[in-house]
This record gives sequence, structure tokens and C-alpha cells, in this order.
Amino acid sequence: MIIGLDVGGTHADAVLLSEQGVVKNIKVPTDASNLFNTVLTCFNLLLDSTDISKVKRVVISTTLTTNSVVQRNLDTVGIIVSAGPGIDPMNFKRGEHYYPVSGSIDHRGREVQPIDAGEIAAICEEMKQAGIRYVGVIGKFSPRNPAHELKIKSLINDDFDPVFLGHRVSGNLNFPRRISTVFLNTSVYSLHRNFFNAVSDTLKQKGLTIPIQILKADGGTMNLATSMEFPGQTVLSGPAASVMGAIPHAPTDMDSLVLDIGGTTTDIAILVNGAPLLEPVGIGRGKYKSLIRALQTISKGIGGDSEVTVKNKKLKIGPHRRGPAMAFGGPSPTPTDAMIYLGKMEDGERVLAEKAIAMTASKLEVPNLEAAQMIFHETCARIVEMTRKMVDQINSKPVYTVHEFLEGYQINPRKILLLGGPASFMAEKIQELSGIETIALPMSSVANAIGAALARTTCEISLMADTEQGMVYIPEENYSEKISPKYQKSDALETARIFLERKAIMSGASQENLETELIEFQEFNIVRRFSMHGKIFRIKMQVKPGLIKDFSLAAIL
Amino acid sequence: MLKASKKTGLVFFPAFDWAIDPTHPEREERLLYTQDQVMEEGVFDIEGVVEYKPDIVTAHDIQRTHFCVPDEASVTTESHMISAGGAAAIARAVMEKEIANGFALVRPPGHHAMRMVHGGRGFCYINIEAIMVEMIRQKYHVRRVAIVDTDCHHGDGTNDIYWHDPDTLFISIHQDGRTLYPGSGFTGELGGPNAKGSNLNIPLPPGTATEGYLEVIQSCVLPAIEEFKPEIIVNSAGQDNHYTDPLTNMNFSAQGYAELTTLLKPDIAVLEGGYSIEGALPYVNLGIILAMAGMDYSRVVEPDYNPEKLKQPSNVTDHIKRTVRIINDYWSKRHEMREKSGKPGTIQERHREIFYDTDNIFERQKEKIRICRDCAGAMEIDSQAMPGTRVIGIHIPLNACHACTETGYDMFEQAKKSSRHDRLFLQNRPNDQYIIHDYKS
Repeated sequence: MIIGLDVGGTHADAVLLSEQGVVKNIKVPTDASNLFNTVLTCFNLLLDSTDISKVKRVVISTTLTTNSVVQRNLDTVGIIVSAGPGIDPMNFKRGEHYYPVSGSIDHRGREVQPIDAGEIAAICEEMKQAGIRYVGVIGKFSPRNPAHELKIKSLINDDFDPVFLGHRVSGNLNFPRRISTVFLNTSVYSLHRNFFNAVSDTLKQKGLTIPIQILKADGGTMNLATSMEFPGQTVLSGPAASVMGAIPHAPTDMDSLVLDIGGTTTDIAILVNGAPLLEPVGIGRGKYKSLIRALQTISKGIGGDSEVTVKNKKLKIGPHRRGPAMAFGGPSPTPTDAMIYLGKMEDGERVLAEKAIAMTASKLEVPNLEAAQMIFHETCARIVEMTRKMVDQINSKPVYTVHEFLEGYQINPRKILLLGGPASFMAEKIQELSGIETIALPMSSVANAIGAALARTTCEISLMADTEQGMVYIPEENYSEKISPKYQKSDALETARIFLERKAIMSGASQENLETELIEFQEFNIVRRFSMHGKIFRIKMQVKPGLIKDFSLAAIL
Repeated sequence: MLKASKKTGLVFFPAFDWAIDPTHPEREERLLYTQDQVMEEGVFDIEGVVEYKPDIVTAHDIQRTHFCVPDEASVTTESHMISAGGAAAIARAVMEKEIANGFALVRPPGHHAMRMVHGGRGFCYINIEAIMVEMIRQKYHVRRVAIVDTDCHHGDGTNDIYWHDPDTLFISIHQDGRTLYPGSGFTGELGGPNAKGSNLNIPLPPGTATEGYLEVIQSCVLPAIEEFKPEIIVNSAGQDNHYTDPLTNMNFSAQGYAELTTLLKPDIAVLEGGYSIEGALPYVNLGIILAMAGMDYSRVVEPDYNPEKLKQPSNVTDHIKRTVRIINDYWSKRHEMREKSGKPGTIQERHREIFYDTDNIFERQKEKIRICRDCAGAMEIDSQAMPGTRVIGIHIPLNACHACTETGYDMFEQAKKSSRHDRLFLQNRPNDQYIIHDYKS
């Protein structure tokens, strides 16, 4: 059996799955001040009548890191950055103890200026004085050559533990995001460690001896050990859980959209032949901008509880939520009130919903029925419009080769999968407005927990080979080795695959779930004075997000 | 978070899968390290920096600018269409006021491509900037355009295309033609009889450093632009004036490029040449981007930058001062020179020989232009390429006066009677029309 648990902002969902389907599903309110208690409650409720030894897998998604970022409840940490020429690194300052230092590596990984050990020693002393325990070290172009980060670590390792290094988080080039990512990992580390060690210990006491898995923003999982090095990857795992929960219902031979319509917001993700699209560099949303692998989702302020306002006889839905719908005692009219008035929904106080619609109708100067229809129509229309915008935006993403430009894959969604409270009431209207087949998912209220339960372990590596320098590197894995001038594409691909699979197994993947994919391949000639001096290969390979294979999906469909 | 003070658009199209040949300077890897630097600096995350996907231009877009022989498809590849489309995407966004300015980092380049195209010259086949300028003239009714070409090689292609156009101020700043390809662009090359002085060529001696470039911008280019009052300023931003460029002999720096961009304030910048792909381009491009976005670029410095070593010799400084005086003198006399250049209504002839170094083609041209004070003048080019064919191209300029339009039609009717040519083209800009007459059919 498998347990999936998604602790969200307002409530936690959990499921117990067996080959026969959903054995048990529960929903409890989240105690934001004590997430540990919430997790414990879920396990107690799920397992009260189950043989614990039959549980083979546990996947947990929480808002722990997301909350600590939002509430600025972060550890005081030290950040050392070595930048070299370019944009002033003070622009990327994170936290109070931020130290730009000398030392510079260029775009090919060559040292331009060495690290100054004396300067590091002085900073080390200052950080110790400030009572700092955890430190992040980030160098510009460290994925091209991590020597400076490793050198700084070796100079401060005795005083701080752990020290988080930039080149370990991603092979992608983006110095400001690398700083943010390492800062996040460093500053949520102790919170994450304490929380999950407590969860793990408690589950052991209950007799659950299998290792737990933790859900990441890319819709994949990692084990506890890996999560201690990259705790920031758990940020925004909640939206990812919902998307993964929709995958069993997604067509595998065409593109589809997943819309999670909540009270406050609607989140949208795109599935290409049933596989979710990832952010190209990492999480792109506002304050979370980082190198953390994440599903590409957008979130807009429109949902069942969005405030309905009228200005100059024009209707506006959202982007704010003032409270629940008036039918549930809220302060202002909402789309939910319209759905109750129109008889689509049966919950709530009908009288209060009528009052809400009457308020809006008088401002619009139309009959009540017409006002309710207008609100419902406008809500669905706005949602359809934002999905169109997202698809257009992704389809106009820049490409860097003639081939990609001409062959450019255009996303063409043929099915919409709806999740969330109002989903079943809106499916028909959204289908009508979008012209795309639309279904509300069965068991949509626990789809997120199902998604977490079935998500496979994912990871990514980047490989670079430079036959002029005679070296092959996998920066995230601290791997480098000499290569001969005859090194070729097939050698590079083979090395990348071996390291990717090893990393995935280390992170908790099972052999049968290693669905690897080449996501980037580039090959260049290096030319000096009009003659060829070598080749550069650049490879990115991933275990792509998806569902585990060793579980029959038929049971939950 | 980092924020641009001017909203700046970027098209980045390195064409990682296109090269003239594997060891040619114009090859796949050319913008690789620039891309690495731009990505690593997080430029696309800066608030107010917007990345655009390139458009792709059509044969019709090219036909406003060029006579391609025998046709567009034969002398271009998709890369060229996308490269021009990159510039077009930036131009469209600027004209639609989505951005304050923009920079198209595209390849292959185009500023050596002339109006008549039998093949490649100086790694160029079609003129990216000219195609873009004619597109915005067509769509947005822009009339007055200034193009400042800061590539180290004379922008002879753009110079040729706007030779007769008084509505385009074309200024090329380049290494002296006696010491570098294409061997032209001397101070006396001022444009045709209808546009004398609206083409300014500013040759600089080898060894010119940052101070020399900025002197020319401040003392020649900016005053001319101020008087000309263009609606749009385009910068052909070649980067081969850099002290590390393998093909040239100048001492310009990343800081200098950024400063130049700040002074010039181009609405649209388009990458041209620049072949020091590791030592210069990553830093120069970053400097230009930050300057366009109105951001601090003081720390954008090449790893081996040493201002002492790049000091400009005093004889070079004196030489540049003399050139500045000559140019400013021509500029102040441009109206006078135009009056003296011929009698309105008459036809003036010019004979030229053009070498296409990239494709080894030799071309002979006989050009006829109607002297006109009201428009750029109807023009006919009789062109023989060896190896190749003989064609006639007739150009009726945008904003053509009635007499020049009639002259253009007459030239076309006359040319139809020829028995010595393979093809005849009519580029009718006022009607946005391009007619191909095949003699054999």
C-alpha cells in the first residue's frame, strides 16, 4: 500500500492506496502553527485500522518551506559570493550576512583571479561572532568550474556545518538565481531537518520502517538524505501534487491542461502527451525565482470565492478574496453565490446567495437571474482566457537554433482536466467557451494526495565535455575526468546516463522507474586562428516527472 | 530586485546550427559564450528586460530592399530570414511602444549586403537593418531614420542601399579602408546627388582607442543626428573594434561600447560583426544591454583589460581630430553640395565594380539616377555578374514624386525591350510592389 499526504495552506489531504484503489481518504484542517501535529493526525487517522507492515511507500508534501519564506521565518545564515566582472553582486544581496569576495572564474571555467584566503578567514571570524551556523557559498560560473566554491568550503568547513555550495544545485547558468537557491537551502535547512527527522522518528515508532519520500516542486520525489542537501526543493510542492494527481486521467497521445480551481486562485499546468512541462531554468514566480526545478504553472487570482465587483456597470471577478461566499457567511458576492443561485450547487444558504446576486444585479441594472448568469459566465470566461494566454506565452518562448525555430513544437491542448471545489459545476461552461473537451476529475478533492502518492523520484544532471581542455565535467556531482581528443557524442551521452541513474537511485528511485530523457544536447567546434581545436558537448538529462510504474492505475480511475 | 530604468527588449538568436563553414569566423559557436555570460548574469530576470522570439521575414520583406538574383531563396537560408526577423521583432515592439528600446543579438550579420545581391559579401547576404527599416517605414509610416554603423568594417552594404536617400542619415565609423576590408568608406563618400551629405563615412586609423571613438560620437555623430531629427535611431552594433578582435587593429573596450551606447541612445541596436568570441563579445554585449536598459555597467570589464596598454597614441588622436573637422565641414555644406551636384530632371550615371568575397563573384554595375529635389529619385541598375547573369533593377523610391514615378515606369518599359538581360525587376516602393520580368518566358 502507498500513502500520499499533501499538507496545504488551509487543509491537509491524505490517501491510502492499494491495488484495489483508494482504501481511505481523509481531509483535516491544517494547524499552521504546528504542521507536525497535522501530519501526525493524518497518519493516525489513515492507519488506525491498517496493517502498517503492508505500507511500501510514503510520500509527503508540505507547505513548511513555503510558509517559512512567506513569514520570513528563516535562519540567520552567512552567504559568501565570488562574482568577478559583470553586474554588481550587491544587487543580489540575501540576508544580513552577505559577503562579496575576490576571486573570479570566466565563462569557460578558467580562473581569472584567485580566492584570497585571508579575506575568507576574516569573514569566517565575523560570521562566528554573529552566531551563524550555516553558510552558503556561490561563485559566478561555478557550474563551469567549482574550484573556488570548493576552496572556500575547505577554508570554513571546520566552523560551519553544513556549507551549501552553488554548483551542487543545478547545472543551469544564472548567478542571481543560484544565490537565491543556496540562500533558501541554507536558511530553511534546520527547520526542514528538525521537522522531517521528527516525522521520520515518529513513523518508526509506529512501526513504519520504510524510508519516507518528500515531494518536490517538479512533481517528483526525493528521499530524506537528499532533501537535507536541497531542502528548498520542497517549496511550492503543493501545486505540483495536484498536477501529478491529474496525470492518471490525462491522454498520453495529445496535449492537455490541468486547471486547479480553488477558492482564491486558479492554477494552470500543461501536460504534453501526459507529461508535465517544467520551468526552463527553475521556479519563475516572484520571490521564489530560483534554479529549483519546478512544474511550469501559473496562478491567477480567480476562484470560487473571488470578490465580485461592479464598476461603471462592468463586472469584475477577483483578483481578491475577501472571505468565503456570502452564502457561507462571507462579506461580498462571489462566483460561488452565483452557482448556488443558479441551482448548480446545493450547499450554502440560498437566501444569502440571493442577497449577494441582488446586490450585484442592482449595480448592473439587470434582473437577478441575468446577473447570476453574467457572473458565472464571466468567471469561466476569465479562466479560459488565462489558459489561452499561458499557452500562447509558452508557444512564443524564444529558441536558439534554426532547427528549433522551424520545427518549433506548438502546444495544442485537446483536453482540459478540472480539479478543485467548483470544478464539477464549471466543466460544461468551460468546455463550451474553450471549445476543448473538459472533464472534472473524479475524487478531485484528494487528487493532490493521490498525485503525491504516485509521483516517481526525479532528478537532473548536466554534463560538459571540452576536448580542447581534455576534460568532462558533471558539476552537480562534483565529477570531472580527463578525456582523450577522440571523445565523442556517444561517450558523453553514456557518461551522462550512468551518472543520472546513479543520482536517481541515490535519491530513492527504484530501477524500474528510471525513465530518462535527454533534454538538451549541443555540440560546438572550438576554433583558433581558423583551425579546429576541439569540440564542446553540453548535455542535460533528466528522470522526467511522472507516475511510478509498479502500481496499477486502473484501480483509481 | 534588479530593475531596468528603460524597458529594453532583447532578441537572442545565436543560430547554434548554422555556419558558413566549420572553421569560418561566422560559425555556430560565435554567440555561445555571450549566451553563457548573459544567462549567468541573470539578464532575462531583470525587471524591464523582455526577451522576444524572432519573427521570420518573407521574400516580400526582402524585396523592398534588395534585388536578389535570381531570387531570394537562392541567395538566402532560413538563418538569414530569422536573423532579419529578429531585428524586425525588436523594431515592431519598439514601434508598438511595448519597449523603450531593443537589441537584436542575431547572426548571421548583414551590413555588407548591397541593394543588388548576387551572393555573399563579407559574410553577409541580406541587409538585416535595411530590411527592418523598410518594414517599419511601410507599416508605421516612419520617414526619417538615422543608422549609425559602429562595426569596424565599413558598412558598405547599408551605405549602398541608402546612397540616394535623403531621408536616411547613414553614418559609418570604421577602421580606415586602406588597412581593412572592404577597402572603402573614405570621407569623400557622401552619397548620391540627391542625398549628398546624408551619408557620412568616418574612417579611423588603426590603434584608435575608447577616447577616439567617443570623440567621434560626441563631435560628429550626435550633432548631425540632432540637426537631422530622425524619428528612429538604429545602431549597427558591430563588436570588432575590440582590442582582442582577430580581424581588426583597434583598441576599443567593453566599457567604451557601453558608454557609446549611452551617448547614442539607439532605439534599435542590431549585432553585426565581432569575432573575438571569448574575450570580447560576452563583455561587450553585456555592456550594451545594461547601457540600453539604463543600468550600471561600471563593473563590466574584460578579464585582461588594461587601460594603460590601450592608451591612444597622440598621432592617432590628432588624425581623428582632423577627420572630425573634415566631416563636420561636409555636413555643414550638405545642402550646398546637393544644389551643385546636377540639374534636376536630368539622369546621372555611375559605373562600379563590386567583388563578392564570400562567394567569389565579380559584378559590374551601371547605375542611372534621376536628379531630383523632391524625392530620392528613380534609379536603374544594370548589373552583370561573373560568374552569373545580367539583370536590370529599377527602383521607384518611397515618397517618390510624380516625375520620378513616371521615370521609373518609363525605365521599366524601356528595359523590357532589352535582349541582353536575363531578368528585370521593378521595386515600386510607393505601391509596396515588386515585379519580376523574365525575358525568356
